Amino acid sequence: MGKVKTKTGPLARRPDNSAFKQQRLPAWSPMLTANTVLPFFYFMALICMFLGVWLLLTVQSTKEMKLDYTEAGTCDRCFEKRKNVSNAAQPCSCTVVFSIGKKFKGDVFFYYGLRNFHQNLRRYMDSRDDAQMVGRKKNLQTPSTYCFPFTTDQNGQPIAPCGAVANSMFNDSFVLTYHMPGGRPEKVPLLRQGITWYTDKNIKFRNPKTENLTLPEVFKGTAKPLYWQKPVYELDPLDPTNNGFINDDLIIWMREAAFPNFKKLYGVLNRAKEPFTTGLPAGNYSIEISYNFPVQYFRGRKEVVLTTLTWFGGQNHFLPIAYLVTSSLILLVAIVLTVVWWKFGKNGKNMEE
Amino acid sequence: DREYNEKFQYASNCIMTSKYNIITFLPVNLFEQFQEVANTYFLFLLILQLIPQISSLSWFTTIVPLALVLSITAVKDATDDYFRHKSDNQVNNRQSQVLIRGSLQNEKWMNVRVGDIIKLENNQFVAADLLLLSSSEPHGLCYIETAELDGETNMKVRQSVSVTSELGDPNNLASFDGEVVCEPPNNKLDRFCGTLYWREKKYTLTNQNMLLRGCVLRNTEACYGLVIFAGPDTKLMQNSGRTKFKRTSIDRLMNTLVLWIFGFLVCMGVILAVGNAVWEREVGSLFQSYLPWDPPVDNFLFSAFLSFWSYVIILNTVVPISLYVSVEVIRLGHSYFINWDQQMFCSQCNTAAEARTTTLNEELGQVEYIFSDKTGTLTQNIMSFNKCSINGQTYGEVTDPLGPQQKKLDFTPFNPLADPDFCFYDDTLLESVKVGDLHTHEFFRVLSLCHTVMSEEKSEGELVYKAQSPDEGALVTAARNFGFVFRSRTPGTITTTEMGQTVTYSLLAILDFNNIRKRMSVIVRSPEGRIRLYCKGADTVLLERLHPCNQELMNITSDHLNEYAADGLRTLALAYRDLSEDEWEAWSESHRCADKATDCREDRLAAAYEEIEQDMMLLGATAIEDKLQEGVPETIAILSLANIKIWVLTGDKQETAVNIGYSCKMLTDDMTEVFIISGHTVQSVRQELRSGGGKKLRCPPPPPHPPPPPPPASPPPASPSPPSNLMDNISGEFALVINGHSLAHALEADMEGEFVSTACACKAVICCRVTPLQKAQVVELIKKHKKAVTLAVGDGANDVSMIKSAHIGVGISGQEGIQAVLASDYSFSQFRFLQRLLLVHGRWSYLRMCRFLCYFFYKNFAFTMVHFWFGFFCGFSAQTVYDQYFITLYNIVYTSLPVLAMGIFDQDVPDQRSLEYPKLYEPGQLNLLFNKREFFICITQGIYTSVVLFFVPYAVFYFYLTVLLPCTKRTPLFSLPVQTLFRIFPNQFHFVGSAQSTLLQPVVWLTIALATAICIVPVLAFRFLKLDLKPQLSDTVRKNKLRQKKRKMVGRNGRLGARSGSRRSGYAFAHQEGFGELITSGKNMRLSSLALATFASKHSSSWIDTLQHSTSMNNGFVND
Repeated sequence: MGKVKTKTGPLARRPDNSAFKQQRLPAWSPMLTANTVLPFFYFMALICMFLGVWLLLTVQSTKEMKLDYTEAGTCDRCFEKRKNVSNAAQPCSCTVVFSIGKKFKGDVFFYYGLRNFHQNLRRYMDSRDDAQMVGRKKNLQTPSTYCFPFTTDQNGQPIAPCGAVANSMFNDSFVLTYHMPGGRPEKVPLLRQGITWYTDKNIKFRNPKTENLTLPEVFKGTAKPLYWQKPVYELDPLDPTNNGFINDDLIIWMREAAFPNFKKLYGVLNRAKEPFTTGLPAGNYSIEISYNFPVQYFRGRKEVVLTTLTWFGGQNHFLPIAYLVTSSLILLVAIVLTVVWWKFGKNGKNMEE
Repeated sequence: DREYNEKFQYASNCIMTSKYNIITFLPVNLFEQFQEVANTYFLFLLILQLIPQISSLSWFTTIVPLALVLSITAVKDATDDYFRHKSDNQVNNRQSQVLIRGSLQNEKWMNVRVGDIIKLENNQFVAADLLLLSSSEPHGLCYIETAELDGETNMKVRQSVSVTSELGDPNNLASFDGEVVCEPPNNKLDRFCGTLYWREKKYTLTNQNMLLRGCVLRNTEACYGLVIFAGPDTKLMQNSGRTKFKRTSIDRLMNTLVLWIFGFLVCMGVILAVGNAVWEREVGSLFQSYLPWDPPVDNFLFSAFLSFWSYVIILNTVVPISLYVSVEVIRLGHSYFINWDQQMFCSQCNTAAEARTTTLNEELGQVEYIFSDKTGTLTQNIMSFNKCSINGQTYGEVTDPLGPQQKKLDFTPFNPLADPDFCFYDDTLLESVKVGDLHTHEFFRVLSLCHTVMSEEKSEGELVYKAQSPDEGALVTAARNFGFVFRSRTPGTITTTEMGQTVTYSLLAILDFNNIRKRMSVIVRSPEGRIRLYCKGADTVLLERLHPCNQELMNITSDHLNEYAADGLRTLALAYRDLSEDEWEAWSESHRCADKATDCREDRLAAAYEEIEQDMMLLGATAIEDKLQEGVPETIAILSLANIKIWVLTGDKQETAVNIGYSCKMLTDDMTEVFIISGHTVQSVRQELRSGGGKKLRCPPPPPHPPPPPPPASPPPASPSPPSNLMDNISGEFALVINGHSLAHALEADMEGEFVSTACACKAVICCRVTPLQKAQVVELIKKHKKAVTLAVGDGANDVSMIKSAHIGVGISGQEGIQAVLASDYSFSQFRFLQRLLLVHGRWSYLRMCRFLCYFFYKNFAFTMVHFWFGFFCGFSAQTVYDQYFITLYNIVYTSLPVLAMGIFDQDVPDQRSLEYPKLYEPGQLNLLFNKREFFICITQGIYTSVVLFFVPYAVFYFYLTVLLPCTKRTPLFSLPVQTLFRIFPNQFHFVGSAQSTLLQPVVWLTIALATAICIVPVLAFRFLKLDLKPQLSDTVRKNKLRQKKRKMVGRNGRLGARSGSRRSGYAFAHQEGFGELITSGKNMRLSSLALATFASKHSSSWIDTLQHSTSMNNGFVND
C-alpha cells in the first residue's frame, strides 16, 4: 500500500511508472536480416524437400484401383433401365470384372464414388433434421420444416429419416468376388461395420428409445423416404443392431461431401480368412452390383475404388508433388535472394542514412 | 409573483443533461445507435437472415457480434448517463434562498421559477440567470468568478441597475414588481439586452447587470437577483451544445475503403448470382429429383436473386462490424498511453498530459503545420517586472540565465510586505526609492493604484493578488516590493501602504481598458484632497496625449522603450495628470451624462475618457519580461527537423514576436533573409509579398490567376500554385514575419494563394498582432490550400478559435485559464511535450493504426474470399465452408486479439530513437503507410492467401481418397494460417467428433503446413528484398540499434550538434536598425490579456457566426 502514500504531494497525479503504462513491455521484433531470412529459406526448402520425398516414397507403396461402373460390363443394361423412373422399383443387378496386377498389402478399403453429385448445395445440406437423427421422438413424428419437401409422404405420414439428404441415399450394393486362378470364385469378405466415426455412431446418430419395442414398432407411423426401397429399420438385413438411424451406410451418407466428386467408404477388407489375411491377392475379380442409384438425371458417374492406406492417408500424389514443387520454388527464391543480397544489399549498404 | 408568471410557461430550473431514463433508455439508445450506418447495415443483414430462402447463415452469426457491439456501446452510454443523472440530481437539489411572500425560504434549485427573487451569499453558485437587483456592497456591485462558464479564473464585476440597488432588504424587494422584457434565450455569454419597466420608467439592462448560472459569487456578502432565465434557458445550458466532431484523414480513408469494399461485395454477389442462374439452369434443373426447387422459387432467375442476398450475408465479413469497434478500442488504448506517459507529466503543476479526444491519435503522426500561440505557449506567461524607465533614467538589467548569477535584491528588511518570489537585480532603483525621489514614488504609486487587481489578505502581510492579466499582477507586485503596497479596495476606495504608512485614496473613477483605447486610468482623491488622474497604457497611445512640456523626457523614454521592445519585453508607459476640483466636477458631470446615455453609450464614454486623458505628465515606462518555457528551442529544432513547419501566431507586437522567434531558434542568424511584411494597404502588402517571393525565387513562376488589378510594379509577379512543389523545394533559410494589418490583406481571396506559397517557402513564419479570428483564418487557409494536417497549440481564450479550426487542437494548461484546454483535443502543461506527443505517440499511433488496418483488411479478405471460391464448387448455392460459429466468432473472438494487440502495442523503434531521428516522422506526413495503394496491396495479399487456403486443400482432397470426407456442413474444412497464426476450428457442441477425428489425420497437418509455407514465403521474400534494397529509415534505425551503438551516437550528435550550437541568451538578439521607428509607428500593443480575452470570448463563443462578418471585422481591425 505504499502507493497510497505517494499519492499526495506535488506528484500526486503522476502516472505510474510501470512497464505497461510507459510502453516498455519487453518485445521481440524480428529483423528480416540476411542472417535470419536466408538460412530460414534454405531450411524451409530443405524441410519441404524432405517431406516431399518422404511422402512420395510412401505414396509409391500404396495401391489404388478405380473402376467406373456406370455403364461398364453388364451395367449398361441397368443404366438404361434406371433412365426410366417407372422402373425404379424393379431390381437390377449387373457384374463388372477387373483384375489386380499386384497384391494389395495390408488393409484394403472399398469405396463407392459419385461424380457430379452436389451434396454441397446449401438447400440440400440444410434439408435434414438432426434432432430426428439423435432419436428425439417428437421430431420423429413431426420432422423439422428444413426437411421440406421431404417431410411427409403423400399420405401425410412423417418421413423418417426426413429430408433431401437421406432421401437421396446411395443404395447400390456390392459383392466383391475373387476369382482364384484355377480355383472357385471366393467372395471377398468386407467389414461393413465400424467404418464410421465413434462420435457419429454413438452421439450424433441414435435410434429413438426402444423400451422393449422392436425397431419396426418404434418407427411405426412413419414412412420411408420416397426413393428408398426399404424402411430405415430394415437397412441391414444381416445385423439387426445396424438398423435405424445408426446404420453405418446411412451415417456415412449423411456426412455430406464438400465437393461434387466424392467417395465414401463402403467397407474394409476382413482379413480373418485366407487368402485375404495379408491383403488382396493379385488376380481377377468381379463385382456384382445391385444397381439401384440412378445417375443419368444429373449426368453423374458411379465408381468403386479399392485402395490401401499409408500413415498419412490414401494414395495422394498431390501432396508430395506440391511439397516438392514448393521446396524447389523456395530454393529458387532463396538463391535469388542470396544473389541480390550479395550484389546489392550486402553489409547493409542501403542501410546507410 | 409566481401565479402571474405561471401562465407564460417558462422553463423550470430543473436541468436534464442526461439523455435517458430507465424506460426510455433502451428505445432511445438503440435508435441512436442504429443511426450509425454500420449498425443499420448489420440490422439489415439480420433481417435478411430471417428469410429462410435467403438465410445462408443462421441469424445468430450476425446477432451475436451486433448484440455485442450494441451492448458494449449501450453499457458505456448508460454509465455516462448514470453519472449525468447523479450530477443533475446533485445540482437540482442544491439549496437556494427564494424570497416568497416577503420571507426567505429554502428551495431546491429545481423549484426556482422565473420571476423569483433569490438571495445569494458569498461563494455560492448562481442558480439561474439572474438580474442583479441589489447587493450588500455599495452601488449594487458584486464580484463573480466565471470559471465554470468560460474558464477564466479572474473576477468580474457586476453592477445592478441603480434604481434597484437601493432595494436593500427583503421587504422592499418583496414589493418589487418590475417587469423585464428581454431577448429570447441564447448562448452568447457576453451579451444581454433587455429593458426593465418599473414604476412607469424604462431602464436598459445589459450583460453588466446579469449574473449567469454557473458563476460563483465572490467577495460579496450577499446579493439579490431576479430570475430571468431558468434551467435549459440559461446561457450555461444553451452553450453546452455538442462540439464539432473531428475526424481524422485515416477515418475518411477508411470510410471510403469500406464503401469500396461494399461495392466489391456487391460485385462478388452479382458474379455469384449470375453463376447461380447459369448453374441452376444447366445443372440444378437436372438435380431436381433429389432437390426440387422450393415452391416460391420456380425458376433459376429467382433463385439467382435469392442467391445474391445469401452471398451478401455470407460475404459480409469483408465489411466487418468489428472494424469500427476495434479502431475505437485501439485509439482509446493510445489515448491512455498518452495519459499515462510519465515523460509528459509536469511535476511543477502536477498535471499529466490528457487526451481529451480519443479519436485523433493517429493524425498526430501526420502533422505538417503547427500553429503556435506565443504567450503562455512558447513563453511561460509568467511576467516579471524587469526594467523600468523613470524620469529618463533606466533601471534594471537583463537577467541572463547563463551568465553569472547576480544577486537578487532582498526586500524584506526594507519592506515586510514584500513578495519573496519577486526578483529584481538593480539596487539603484531601491536606493532611489529609499532616498525618496518624487518621480520614483509617483511612478510606483501609479502602479499601485491604476489597475483592476483584487487583493486578498489571508493574514496580516500575506497578500494574494488576483489579477486579470499576469502583466498587471507583475506591475502591482513590483510596486508592492518597492514599498507601495496595494492592500485592498472597495468600489470607492483603494487602500495602500506607502513606505510603511497606510493611505486610503478615494477612487473617483476607473476609466477602464479596452483594446481601442489601449490604456486605463484611475482618478483618485488623495487623503490630502488632491485629485489626480493616473494613467498607464500603450506607449504609442499615451505618448500622444502628453503635455507638450514633456517633449524631452518623452524622447528619452521612447528610446528606452525601443530598447526594451528590442529586448523582447512588454512595455507600458505611465503618466499622471493633476485635476482641479472644477475640472473634475465638470468632467464627472459629462461622464455621468455619457454613462446614462441610452444610444451609443460606448462611444460617448470613450469620448468622455478622451477628454480628460489629455495633457498628462509622463512618469516613465515599465518593461516586463515574458519568460520562455523550458525546452522550447530544442523542441522547435527537433520538430523542424521532422519537417514540421511551425508558425507562430501571436497578438504581440512585431518586435517582441521576432525576438521570441530568435530566442526559440525559429529565426537564426544563418537565415538568408527575414521578410517583414507590414504594409497597410492592399498594394503595399502585395508588393512586399512579391518582392519577398521574387528575391527568393530566381525564376519566379507565373501567376495561377492574374490578380484583378494588374500588378503595377515588381518583376514578373511571383504567385504560384502549380509550382508549389518548387516552392517547397527551395524552402531554404527564409523567414516571414507578417503583421496583423498586412495579414488581413493577405487573407483576402485574391492574395491568399500568393501568401500561402510565399509563406510555405519560408522556414519560419511569424504572424504578429493577429486577432483570434485571424488565427483561425490562417489555419483554415493552410487547411484549404495545402491539404496538410494542422495542429494548433495555444493556452488562452484567444487561441480557442484556432484550436477549434485546426485538425488537432492542443491546449497548454498554463496561466491563462482553462478555456483553451476545454476546447482542445490534447492538453498538457509544457510546450516541449509537443515533441513527444507528435514524434513518439503520434508516430506510433499512426504506425499502429496503419498496420492494424492493413492486417484487418487482409485477414478479412483471406477469410471471406474462400467462400467466393467455394461458390464455384457448390453450385453457387451460398453454402458456407466454415462452421457457423467460426464465422460468427472469427472477427470478434478468434482474430480480434492479435490485431488489437498489434494495434495497441506495436512499436517499430523505441521512443528514444524516434526523438533522435525526427526524420522517422516523415512517412506519416506523406501518408505512406496506409493509402489506397497499400490497401490494394493488402487486399491482393488477402486474396492470394484465400486462393491458397482454398485450392491447396481442394487439390489435396481431389486426389485424395480418405476414410472420411472431412468437409461436411458442420465440420469446418480448412485451417487458416493468418500470417503464422493457426486457427483451429471450433465445433458445434453436438458435432464434437469432427475436429477430433479430422485433426488426428496427418494429412490435415501436412496440408496446413503446406498452405502456410506457400502463403508466407512470397511475402517474406518480398519484405526481405524491400528491406535489403530499399530500407526505410525506421528499418535502418532498428538495424543500427542492433548492430552498433557507437554509430548511433555519432549520428545523433552529428544531427543535433549543428543546430544546438551556441546558446543564445533569451532576448539578446535583434538589435537591428529600424525597429524603433516601427514601434513608434506601431498601432497596437498588448496591454493585458484581459482585453484579448474579452475580445476573444466574443469570437470563441460563437466564432462561426462572427466568421460571416469576417470581412467587416478585418476592416475594423485594420482601420483601428
